[in-house]
Amino acid sequence: MPITLAVDFGSTYTKVVAIDCEAETLVGVAQSPTTVSEGVMLGLDRALARLEAACGVRRADISRRVASSSAAGGLRMVAIGLVPDLTAEAARRAALGAGAKVLRAFAYELSRRDIDELLRLAPDMILLCGGTDGGERKTIVRNAGALAAAKLRAPIVVAGNRAAQDEVEALLRDAGLDCTIVDNVLPELDQLNVEPARAAIRAIFMDRITQAKGLDRAEAFVGRIVMPTPMAVLEGARLLASGERDDGWGDLVVVDVGGATTDVHSIGSGAPSTPGLVPRGLPEPFAKRTVEGDLGIRVNAPTIVETAGMDRVLAEFGGRLAAADILARVQRLAIEVDRVPHDAVDHELDAVLASLAVDTALERHAGRVSTSYTPMGPVQLLHGKDLTATATVIGTGGVFAHGRDPQRILRAARYRAQSPTSLRPRDPTLLIDRRYLMFAAGLLAPFAPRAAVSVMRRHLTNAQELDHDD
Amino acid sequence: MTTKGTLVLGVIGADIHNIGITILAAALRAGGFKVVSLGILVSQEEFVKAAVETAADAILVSSLCGHGELDCPGLRDKCTEAGLGDIRLYAGGNLVVGKQDWAPVAAHFEAMGYDRAYPPGTSPQRVIDELSADFENARRAHP
Repeated sequence: MPITLAVDFGSTYTKVVAIDCEAETLVGVAQSPTTVSEGVMLGLDRALARLEAACGVRRADISRRVASSSAAGGLRMVAIGLVPDLTAEAARRAALGAGAKVLRAFAYELSRRDIDELLRLAPDMILLCGGTDGGERKTIVRNAGALAAAKLRAPIVVAGNRAAQDEVEALLRDAGLDCTIVDNVLPELDQLNVEPARAAIRAIFMDRITQAKGLDRAEAFVGRIVMPTPMAVLEGARLLASGERDDGWGDLVVVDVGGATTDVHSIGSGAPSTPGLVPRGLPEPFAKRTVEGDLGIRVNAPTIVETAGMDRVLAEFGGRLAAADILARVQRLAIEVDRVPHDAVDHELDAVLASLAVDTALERHAGRVSTSYTPMGPVQLLHGKDLTATATVIGTGGVFAHGRDPQRILRAARYRAQSPTSLRPRDPTLLIDRRYLMFAAGLLAPFAPRAAVSVMRRHLTNAQELDHDD
Repeated sequence: MTTKGTLVLGVIGADIHNIGITILAAALRAGGFKVVSLGILVSQEEFVKAAVETAADAILVSSLCGHGELDCPGLRDKCTEAGLGDIRLYAGGNLVVGKQDWAPVAAHFEAMGYDRAYPPGTSPQRVIDELSADFENARRAHP
């Protein structure tokens, strides 16, 4: 049987997912710690040995390979725009949607200090925006000049005012910089256009970034590493929402809890679900990703406790653990970042931390309602995406794959009466990715969407069924 | 893409009257301007940000609820602060409560830093003509 192998060189684990695309079945899944300093092939070889032990798939059976990566720091980007709420935010959203880690978003003219900061951050790529089409052009030209003078080596994607493209391109090319010009991320104030920038970021990631990170040795076996891991998850979510042929699940949310960060992906327009809600602010991307850099259940375990407050953590434990004990444990998790839970308390702590991370991450990702009082009566304003009618929420990441209480964690994604202005999914079906399928589905989407969809449909586990198993 | 100029339009403050501004936006587009309409419930900050990003030539502030005297002051200062020193500001609608004599109202809005203020019932054509003339004069003054 010809097997398609989806590989993810994750920041902690290298995962392999074997799928028979003809039979549309999942053959096996395995993982092993990612090995960056010794070369990523070592970790991949170990994962493949485990895959063979688990389901008998040998290398000779694998006819097609496709890979994503977030190893060696992931795709580290800086976004530059004009007004913080407008093109700088549009640039940030485009970079996040491409699966990048956005180190910083700069607005207005880059100062000498900003350039020093850029040099210190040493991003893998820069997204340079500013001005709507035919709008402000001086700032993006000045910023291109500053980047040219600084001799930053990182590839630059330019997605700003069309009227300034030629001048910006000339400045960057004359300085010998690697630049790609694409359509504006914000051509009109009410039109967000992130796809051309995302495509350019992905192409550069494929062509140049993976080599720079020493991942090219693995490419001899896996072929091109085609996208950053978060983009693969977002594409998997998009495929599941749209379906292979009109059989999609519609609007959905994916929450990915990691050791250092928690990602939320939402697919859907986020348009008001009730009449009378007036949308405000920048248009929302249909496929939107946000990253919470302060919410993760290892490196950032203490930060989760700080953000949620010790009272909530204690309440989650129902008084079975003292505050001092909790603090000592989360501080140890922040140091022993590859610690796996050993006993029931470890497992429960993971579940508590992950629930609080999911709760806060959804609160920040979902839109919120505010009320404005006018002489004509109160008016409800919508800031962000209205997710209340979202039908499906999927949990992915290690704590969902291996944790003991994934359904409890995912329930934290739902609307909370204590926080009524946050437009989170009210009554979604909760599905758990026990087998790391979201990234694999995203990788398979371009060439085997049917197999990807049917494997996901079969193997994403309904949280209620898990409840019955227990 | 040659236009007579870029205009940012919106209904300022806690005001949800969108019919006038919708008609005016359509008329101004037909009159050859590039129109960036922000809709209703627009804050002064949103006007300024939009004008920066689009390099607007003018901001047209609409106020129908009678709170113009509360909502409109300070926009000129914010524009100056944001580097939009020479942007033109126009206001129109039911700027004040009740039927008041227009000349002192217009003078009051000019003192706030608005280039022109329009009373209720102004025809869109008058706005188009006066904007065109103002922009033409500005171009002649700073070619």
